[in-house]
Amino acid sequence: MAQPQPQNVFAPWADPAEKPLIRFEGVTKRFGDFVAVDDLNLDIYEREFFALLGPSGCGKTTLMRMLAGFENPSEGNIWIGGQNMKGIPPNRRPVNMMFQSYALFPHLTVWDNIAFGLRREGMDKDRMRVRVDEMLRLSRLEKFAGRKPHQISGGQRQRVALARSLAKAPKLLLLDEPLGALDKKLRQDTQFELMDIQEKTGTTFVIVTHDQEEAMTVASRVAVMDHGKLVQVATPAHIYEAPETVYVADFIGDVNIIEGTVIPAQGNRVDITYAEGKPPIRAATDKTLVPGQRVSFAVRPEKILVSREMATERTNAVKGRIEDIAYLGNISTYHVRLDSGHLVSAQMTNRNRLERREFTWEDEVWLSWTETAGIVLTE
Amino acid sequence: MNPRRLTLILVPYLWLLALFLVPFLIVLKISLSDTAIAIPPYIPKLDLSTGWHGITAFFADLDFENFVFLAEDDLYWKSYLSSLRIASISTLLTLLVGYPIAYGIAQAPEEWRPTLLMLVILPFWTSFLIRVYSWIGIISNEGLLNQALISSGLIAEPIQIMNTTQAVYLGIVYTYLPFMILPIYSALDKMDVSLTEAAIDLGCSRRQAFWLVILPLSRPGVIAGCFLVFIPALGEFVIPSLLGGSDTLMIGKVLWEEFFSNRDWPVASAVAVILLGILVLPIMLFQRNQERQQETDR
Amino acid sequence: MNGRLTWFNVTSLTLGFAFLYLPMLILILYSFNESKLVTVWGGFSAKWYGELLRNEQFLDAFWVTLRVGLISSTLATVLGTMAAYVMVRGGRFFGRTLFTGMIYAPLVMPEVITGLSLLLLFIAIGLDRGIFTIVLAHTTFSMCFVSVVVSSRLVTFDRSLEEAALDLGATPLDTFRLVTLPIITPAVISGWLLAFTLSLDDLVIASFTSGPSSTTLPIKIFSAVRLGVSPEINALSTLMIAVVALGVITASLVSKNALRRQRREKQEAFAA
Repeated sequence: MAQPQPQNVFAPWADPAEKPLIRFEGVTKRFGDFVAVDDLNLDIYEREFFALLGPSGCGKTTLMRMLAGFENPSEGNIWIGGQNMKGIPPNRRPVNMMFQSYALFPHLTVWDNIAFGLRREGMDKDRMRVRVDEMLRLSRLEKFAGRKPHQISGGQRQRVALARSLAKAPKLLLLDEPLGALDKKLRQDTQFELMDIQEKTGTTFVIVTHDQEEAMTVASRVAVMDHGKLVQVATPAHIYEAPETVYVADFIGDVNIIEGTVIPAQGNRVDITYAEGKPPIRAATDKTLVPGQRVSFAVRPEKILVSREMATERTNAVKGRIEDIAYLGNISTYHVRLDSGHLVSAQMTNRNRLERREFTWEDEVWLSWTETAGIVLTE
Repeated sequence: MNPRRLTLILVPYLWLLALFLVPFLIVLKISLSDTAIAIPPYIPKLDLSTGWHGITAFFADLDFENFVFLAEDDLYWKSYLSSLRIASISTLLTLLVGYPIAYGIAQAPEEWRPTLLMLVILPFWTSFLIRVYSWIGIISNEGLLNQALISSGLIAEPIQIMNTTQAVYLGIVYTYLPFMILPIYSALDKMDVSLTEAAIDLGCSRRQAFWLVILPLSRPGVIAGCFLVFIPALGEFVIPSLLGGSDTLMIGKVLWEEFFSNRDWPVASAVAVILLGILVLPIMLFQRNQERQQETDR
Repeated sequence: MNGRLTWFNVTSLTLGFAFLYLPMLILILYSFNESKLVTVWGGFSAKWYGELLRNEQFLDAFWVTLRVGLISSTLATVLGTMAAYVMVRGGRFFGRTLFTGMIYAPLVMPEVITGLSLLLLFIAIGLDRGIFTIVLAHTTFSMCFVSVVVSSRLVTFDRSLEEAALDLGATPLDTFRLVTLPIITPAVISGWLLAFTLSLDDLVIASFTSGPSSTTLPIKIFSAVRLGVSPEINALSTLMIAVVALGVITASLVSKNALRRQRREKQEAFAA
């Protein structure tokens, strides 16, 4: 799956000479008996937009709070810019955080909120004024400088929180579910704004989110976490197209998982028998598999074609009956019950208007996909 | 532990130890001492200045004499029982008066509610003593109530309300009413309107909906309100001594008189210890109710 | 909950508030009674207010009460805020349960017991009773009320505000001074008001802990009232009720205005 990368693409993690900005070294965090983060190793590079993705309770927030200094690792070390952070309190770290609740000081104006960190630094008045005004301009808040946090809207508050955490020009900005409190439309606009600001300031961003779409949109790399461990760390495209485990495949986007056993085939291909008396699924893989091994075959709904007649040009074709259709406007998802009993979903773009739809409930249809459409997963 | 945190903990801690716990231990100690006609009017049993010997002598000599005295003299028995009775009856009466008011406020239009609540709380900020006093002019024999009743021809002779137990009930209901209304109101306020609507939709009349849905759900508020009235009413002093006259026995008043009139410190202390013992159970039940309440809120 | 008002609701509200306020209204009315006989209306007069202001005993007691109230409520606010902070943010320390117990116990302790125990302490350590001992007593029980009020605010306090301050480089002390304190100030002020009211109102504990030269107003009122209704006490009560009513109404108007302004500004923000 790994395609040759063009030279100018930003990918410091692929360059062995590059020094990481952040290094987690065997970090474990326990709360009583509960292991929130389990022996974790991770490098994050300068100028990266790094997303920690996972369900609540997976340890992503704890990981971030350890970076900020609000929690200390039970074991292991955290390095930022080559310096061990052990024993360094939050107020002396080159890190700023944007809180999920924004944590704007309700008794201070927008201006004073942004200036708060600069004042603590002891910056002189004139430079501070320039810097705060610059941040206000960057976040398009000039008009609201004199307002208190309760006098502005949710989206404006979000921008104040961002401006405040960026004012000190930290090496590293941590964002804890930064868009969680915004509605969907505003969230999408803000995602692009965030990316824009990240690019302009050149700050390293580490974002915690449970929203996979958000992580995919903004991040240069995504780390999927589960039970305190990193399951996969890769670019969004790689995570989507080449998940390493069923967990990742299932967590990111929709996927059909079909379990079966391996029969070796020619070249980099395997046949997977998933039901008695049915032709096996043929899939390309670069994994070395032994005959008889149990595997999961994962294929995204949009990679499956639904047709009235059997599509002979595609390697895999199975017959089934449409059980349900979810109409989403631009696309429709068809839930098709195969003769083997498996329920498979397939997605098709709605090119025609609804009344001229090709398929309807209870129709017999063929589902087909190519050898490279899906992937074979062993865990 | 850093010195700042240590100071922060130690200052209030030591203050409370010195001015709350130690005084209470002194009460305990004196309650076990012998009465004497002297200054101070007791002979201490526990003498810490003699060290360990003092402590062993204290335990060897421990006789609970004052407590035996309290148990034998039926004045004390009667006043404990009478305190419990008066506190229970007045709590019940406060509930009967307070619930409809709390319910009325909860049913009122939303924009009235803050004002109505303020009107409930306002008396709480005015002097307790004055609120009790305000009834004397009304219920005394020459008071307004009797005047009104006589002039309307309903009665010929003034009815005796002042200096009876009924006057004490009245005083407690009047002064503690906000304590009953507020927790009940907050329980009612938390309730979803659609609960009543659902009950009516399922075939209840409005009245049935109240008895079957609203009343059971407001129970935690009712319980909290009852304890908030019962606990302070039990040790009440001002109301029985102003409105209750000499016939009303309440333990707070007995303690006051033992101390100030009879100057019997050991007995007064023993009375205090027993009063506290009686209060432990309702306080614990109250705490449990509050904790359970907090859990369900979460 | 929000239903509609039935006639039963209206009746119970009317009767309830009549019950709460009629006695006080009658008291106020009769404070303007010309007649010495308190239950007979003898025409309108403000003469009892004049009598009251000439009564030096009452005036003395008033100043004692005011002094005790101001000093003890201020001390109680400082100690109570510290205690609240310890309870909510103190983490674990030796004797924490005892500490929390000592904060909550005085709230339910009958006043007669608190008063008696403090008096016995003052005698045991040979402290002469006077304003000082009343201040100590009032501070002790009202600090517990303050700490309950302040700690309930601290519990709902968004912890991330403090973390944000630390994150932006503030030291823990700066964080308390610049963020925590300004935000809990309303709770601290209402704690102070509560402590002050409790001190002004207290009869029982003051009776135990006061000396002959330090009679407070409630003690004075109590001994006068024991002898029955007096027009001077009516006048005094009216003044006290007026002060409280004025204070509470002003406070509620101020907060109502603040609320209205806040709402308007919010609307403007969304319109922008």
